[in-house]
Amino acid sequence: MKKKKLDLSGLKGWLYLLPAIVFLGVFMVYPLIDVFIYSLEEGYNSASQTFFGVGGYNYAYVLRDPYFLQALKNTFILVAVTVPLSTLIALLLSVALSSIEALRNLFQTVFFLPYVTNTLAVGLVFMILFQKTEYTEGLVNLLITFFGGTAVDFIDGPYWAKMFVLCLYTIWIVLPFKILILTSALLSVDQTYYNSAKVDGTSRFRTFMRITLPMISPMIFYLFITGCIGAFKAYSDAVALFGTDLNAAEMNTIVGYVYDMLYGDSGGYPSYASAAAVILFTIVLTITCINLIVSKKKVHY
Amino acid sequence: MNHEMDYEKIEQKTKRKQRIVKTLTYTLLVFWGVVVLFPFFWMVLTSIKSYGEYNSEYIPKFYASSPTMSNYIEAFTAVPLAEYFLNTLIFTVVTTAVMLVVITLAAFAFARLEFKGKNAAFVLFLSMMMIPNELVIITNFVTITDLDMRNTFAGLILPSVMSVFYLYLLKETFQQIPDNLYQAAKVDGTSDFKYLCRVMVPMAKPTLVTITILKVIECWNSYVWPRLITDDEAYYLVSNGIQEIRENGFGRENIPAMMAAVVVITLPLIVLFLVFRNKIMEGVSRGGTKG
Repeated sequence: MKKKKLDLSGLKGWLYLLPAIVFLGVFMVYPLIDVFIYSLEEGYNSASQTFFGVGGYNYAYVLRDPYFLQALKNTFILVAVTVPLSTLIALLLSVALSSIEALRNLFQTVFFLPYVTNTLAVGLVFMILFQKTEYTEGLVNLLITFFGGTAVDFIDGPYWAKMFVLCLYTIWIVLPFKILILTSALLSVDQTYYNSAKVDGTSRFRTFMRITLPMISPMIFYLFITGCIGAFKAYSDAVALFGTDLNAAEMNTIVGYVYDMLYGDSGGYPSYASAAAVILFTIVLTITCINLIVSKKKVHY
Repeated sequence: MNHEMDYEKIEQKTKRKQRIVKTLTYTLLVFWGVVVLFPFFWMVLTSIKSYGEYNSEYIPKFYASSPTMSNYIEAFTAVPLAEYFLNTLIFTVVTTAVMLVVITLAAFAFARLEFKGKNAAFVLFLSMMMIPNELVIITNFVTITDLDMRNTFAGLILPSVMSVFYLYLLKETFQQIPDNLYQAAKVDGTSDFKYLCRVMVPMAKPTLVTITILKVIECWNSYVWPRLITDDEAYYLVSNGIQEIRENGFGRENIPAMMAAVVVITLPLIVLFLVFRNKIMEGVSRGGTKG
């Protein structure tokens, strides 16, 4: 009798989990296994659902595809520029925020706004600010010419200009999260440390380098890792600025390449898309591991 | 005498230094505030300029000489913006509601029920937080296409429902509810399900509200999956709608109308944010990233 009841309660637990398991199984676990299989099936035809053989051809194709190499280059530039820069700016702003009392809430609210905005919608505003058309040079270009520079079309112009806007927009989008995390980390540093530093007559800069920075270094590191992962997956910011045909704009990202292979005018190649997605995942995993190893030596917990 | 003078001098010097630091701090903060707010200001400003006025300004003006609402009317009539809104609303409400039911049940199982394999199952669930969406989206696209669910709400919603992170948050909250309440309810003969609905859910309300808001933001801004799975305009969400407007809508030149659409799409979330400011910021700092 007792045993029977025990079994029943065990079943009940699984029953409560059932919906979650179904959703995860169908849309997470199965696809995860499947993407590796797809990436190894050569010559897959989505119409007849047949393939020739198994091997690394898809990977070789993707790694030779100039569009993929372009996307790879863009993504790496984006990561290398925006992650350190945005972390640094966020640190600067957070230090400023945590050092004031008046208006702190107001500034925090304002700084957080980009987080709750639609990336694609606000991207259009950035586009019109930076674009040069036959009607107007755009506000940014007017500023540049006012200070004696020459106007550039940041949206349809040279590569560096487009990359500049993309990086700027990415930083604008990712800062709210970083400022939020760093400000709360800074505010939670124990005041007694600062007081004793003050008694000792330690300079502001030294206090910051010797006390504040080590205390918040785990958070900085956390932001660096999540920032890297996020920047490697960049896509919708580029679409917002340059439209859906990113290959033509030379502004594609790895994720963009995956979607282009999957769907749209250049689509219909789930095998290539899978191979590219697996390559992306490998890169992200490698960089995260390197970060973790380096941090073991540098971060103070 | 001399000593006192020195002391005064030093004090003055520090005061001056402090003032400089303070000025610099506020200058920096105001500068970034302007950088953040300017795009919002510009979209509202542009959206109330008439088509002719906007295009005649080679040097854009920082005010509208004859503000007009006509762009907003145009935004709702020339493109099916209202329809995009309705679609997004349906998508957001259904996805969030289904997710809440699914994760509440699962979180309850993990937090309160005892059964074989619970810990192993929980570890497996947690490990799924590390799977990037980009990796599974390809097969999901093929699955939904094979099931003939492209351009349906089911196809949009089903793969977007589950979120392991929110399940984790809720489970943590459930675990903080004292165990003896559960024991007492058991003695009274209350069923598990009744207990969940009558006691656990009301007590976990703050966390549930936070999760709901974060999921709503996520749904409202989702772009990639809807883009893959819908090519029929009747099922576009606002993000896809705005992209459509940009590429074929009012024609690339009617920027004011485009900006009116941008304002309309941006506004609901800003309002939501201002109302639930603390909840959102607290929830995000507990582990949300913009994804």
